[in-house]
Amino acid sequence: MTSTTVVRLKQQQISQLISKGKRLDGRGLRDYREIRVEQGIIEKAEGSARVLLGKTEVMAGVKIEFGQPFPDTPNEGVLTVNAELVPLASPTFEPGPPDENAIELARVVDRGIRESNAIDLEKLCIEPGKKVLVLFVDIYVLNHDGNLIDASALAALAALINTKVFNYEVEGGEIKIKPGYTPLPINNHPVAVTLAKINDQLVVDPWLEEEQIMDARITITTDNQGNICAIQKGGGGYFTPKQVFEAIQIAREKAVEIRRKLGWSK
Amino acid sequence: MSSKPERLIDEKGLRLDGRKPDELRPIKIEVGVLANADGSAYIEQGKNKILAAVYGPKELHPKHLALPDRMVLRCRYHMAPFSVQERKSPAPSRREIELSKVIREALEPAIFLEYYPRTATDVFIEVLQADGGTRCASITVASLALADAGIPMRDLVAACSVGKVDGTIVLDLMDVEDKVGEADLPLAYMPNLDAITLLQMDGNLTPEEFEKAVSLAIEGCKKIYNMQREALKARYVSVKEVEE
Repeated sequence: MTSTTVVRLKQQQISQLISKGKRLDGRGLRDYREIRVEQGIIEKAEGSARVLLGKTEVMAGVKIEFGQPFPDTPNEGVLTVNAELVPLASPTFEPGPPDENAIELARVVDRGIRESNAIDLEKLCIEPGKKVLVLFVDIYVLNHDGNLIDASALAALAALINTKVFNYEVEGGEIKIKPGYTPLPINNHPVAVTLAKINDQLVVDPWLEEEQIMDARITITTDNQGNICAIQKGGGGYFTPKQVFEAIQIAREKAVEIRRKLGWSK
Repeated sequence: MSSKPERLIDEKGLRLDGRKPDELRPIKIEVGVLANADGSAYIEQGKNKILAAVYGPKELHPKHLALPDRMVLRCRYHMAPFSVQERKSPAPSRREIELSKVIREALEPAIFLEYYPRTATDVFIEVLQADGGTRCASITVASLALADAGIPMRDLVAACSVGKVDGTIVLDLMDVEDKVGEADLPLAYMPNLDAITLLQMDGNLTPEEFEKAVSLAIEGCKKIYNMQREALKARYVSVKEVEE
């Protein structure tokens, strides 16, 4: 561990550089770190992916089971997103049930996928009110170097795109699994873009040391059409309305760029 | 389960409870309602009934959680089992844990945390009846409880939700509108600082609709802010009159 004085000095430097429009790692204020996506890395999962966002590393796996629909949505399959901040990913993560950070992370990713209708949940219904497919998306943070939300949202979507559903048929109320797989239909590609407010400036894709000094962050998820489907403000600071509108504009542009880079735009 | 209404806005442009799109539900606020708490407040917003209590600043245990340069704000948003149609388990749900976090982060910017290093203040919010928009009403009432506790603040935080139902942007969603509507956007705002301290959204909005929604929410917050000030005056100015 570096001494606190060194940390303070570094934080001051990060903050001062940002006010001059520069960042300590050489990026511009609107630049993402390098994004790498690998899919199909866990054979036993129905879908899986690993995302590297600079040094931040997140894995996501999809498992599918038969289950019951929720009473208020009898015609829809069930989507469940969970996130684990695994202790091996950071000295600040501890074993135990998900804390508020893990829960918030999972719920923000969940809202992006759900509200953009990325998955047609009605197609996962087998027998209305009785039997549906249940999708479990489990996000596994492997290395924490900031901006877990964007990395996790990319990993979750990449894993869903990679997902193959086992073939099955219903015979007299009984479900029989048949050989072969069908890809899970994906209707939309929501992309989450997080901006941090440091020194009254907005910076895209904050890394860990920037997150430690930011006043607040805002995550904006947009869909293929450029519409906004989820927002989450976090941190103990605030944004002015003007900053929020600016963040929306940046997030829409960045999402288009990321979709193009990953081959998700048609 | 109640059946979904076919439309949420009638041909006259009125909502299910007769409100216009930019109209708030009736709001009743009372400050200083609990004897034991350092500060407390109660709000009724439509059918929402919410109590908030503040304990602190006080010593923090365990001590290693204390911060050398500021107070720790802790917040618990909790719904009573009888507050909704189907009984809610009293154990904190994932939703309640997330809301406790975002409510805390909505209140923090208002408080001079640095005035009370090494201490903690607890904000307890109990939703006694819920009918949509409880996180916003919770912020509104909790910021009054903080003020009632005498904690130095930059401004009161007022909060209000907006949403899209039947293609129209409307203010202060009630439960049906939230569930059936196309978008929900809760927002908390400090008028004196022009600061948004809570912003969430789910649904689908174009950037134009979003800008309209945010301005409508801010207008709503300003109206609620005036009611908050009146509630504080009713508590403290009227006491003075009695003394005279």
